[in-house]
Amino acid sequence: MRLNALPALLLTLALSSVAPVVAAEPAPLAAEACLGCHGPDGRGGAGAIPIAGRDKAEIAAILLAFRANERPGTIMGRVARGYTDAEIAAVADHYSRIR
Amino acid sequence: MTTHLPRRALLGAAAVLATPVPLRAQAAARLVVIGGGFGGASAVSFARRTYPDVQVTLVEPQTRFVTCPYGNLLIGGERQLAQITYTYDGLRARGVNVIHDRAAGIDAAVKRVRLAGGQTLDYDRLILSPGIAIRWGAIEGYDQAAAEVMPHGWIPADGSQTLLLRRQLEAMADGGVVGFAIPANPFRCPPGPYERISMVAQYLKRHKPRSKILALDAKEGFSKQGLFQDGWRALYGDMIEWVPGNRDGRVVKVDPREGVLETEFGTRHKVAVANVIPPQSAASIAIEAGLANDTGWVPVNTRTFEARAAQGIHVIGDANIPGPMPKSGFIANTTSKQAVASAIALHRGQTPPEAVYFNTCYSHVGAEYGISVVNIFRPNADGTAIAEVPNSGGVSPRGDLPEQRRLEATYADAWYDSITRSMFG
Repeated sequence: MRLNALPALLLTLALSSVAPVVAAEPAPLAAEACLGCHGPDGRGGAGAIPIAGRDKAEIAAILLAFRANERPGTIMGRVARGYTDAEIAAVADHYSRIR
Repeated sequence: MTTHLPRRALLGAAAVLATPVPLRAQAAARLVVIGGGFGGASAVSFARRTYPDVQVTLVEPQTRFVTCPYGNLLIGGERQLAQITYTYDGLRARGVNVIHDRAAGIDAAVKRVRLAGGQTLDYDRLILSPGIAIRWGAIEGYDQAAAEVMPHGWIPADGSQTLLLRRQLEAMADGGVVGFAIPANPFRCPPGPYERISMVAQYLKRHKPRSKILALDAKEGFSKQGLFQDGWRALYGDMIEWVPGNRDGRVVKVDPREGVLETEFGTRHKVAVANVIPPQSAASIAIEAGLANDTGWVPVNTRTFEARAAQGIHVIGDANIPGPMPKSGFIANTTSKQAVASAIALHRGQTPPEAVYFNTCYSHVGAEYGISVVNIFRPNADGTAIAEVPNSGGVSPRGDLPEQRRLEATYADAWYDSITRSMFG
């Protein structure tokens, strides 16, 4: 249990309540998958590369480059090729909001 | 914030029906989850994070959970048991009602779970993540007593089966043969037997280099096969002999007293240590509840994970038959979230969300030699089919790529740390 996760969650909820999405809608499930390797809230740790708090356009550009085989990667090319434009945008939006 | 819409909808229905249900309408949705492994722990963790207004109860008999992933690293001493053991305290702190008891039965008609201790739990939606059962007797002579001599190490429980295998390797004389019996598909963790072979080989190379590994397989091919076999040759030379099913690799009988693995055509392999990974099925509660079909696994809607045989029960983890998806920890994790989101949506009369399922499965071939497979799956809208996204995923590139192998071993550690913290942290 990480205590500092709670303010981040509240912040995310607060932001999403003003965003043009249904308030009760969970974080996009495509973004949930990132948690499997990038640490709680995407903050990294123990060898995991952090993705939280980066610029939204930067995250999207990196994922699009992985998807287009324009960026060398260990596994991320294989991952990104499974995602739609909308999902990449949602992932970038979600992790850019976490501070 | 998240409750006013469904409440209003329920109150509206109550007014129309003119029945005294406002108490029910004001009550939080009750989500009961059976099984606290990768599927169940992921489900309750996600439910608490995402639906703070839902009452979440977890039923799990054990107070400590030993992970299957990284269990193979106990064999070479890369990890100790305590490092892959978790309590449910973190989930309790997140507001999960954790009940350490065994679910003895499910009454789907009245939405009630009966616990072995006598308590009953009423639910609005049930998530069942019971894991697997060993099909004792599917290999002649392989019963619980035989497993104390020829460990399976495939259901970790308290870790004793894997540690038994390690002690047997430690007691074995240099030059002995370590035999494996590997089942046909489907089974828990498709690359698992081959990672275990790798970790046994690593131990033998360090401590008993004249020993051999005989891997008797019911199949003609296996997960990440080319990568594993490349790694075996590079790291362990000719230590490992893999015998496929079409070359009489299928073990049909064991003799624990004589240390013999017997194959389909009657070849009797005498080995010093035997790891018998037997055929498996969904755990007994799923079968007793009538959820499984004649394969022994539970067919589900691939979008909602609702069991085909029972409304309101979502079956996740290794117990289900998820089309082409592997029985992996990561699949259990990502599908659990879709199952919870679908369960809540259906309870509220809403449409389940669009689904995408994700799997990254790392295997260790050596301590600093990792390989992986990535899969992204999508179901169709009504959950009757599921397919891998074209041109996505795949296995690590082959060839002499030491930096790729080293990085993947590091990323495997990051995966293990991240996913266990997301479940139990």
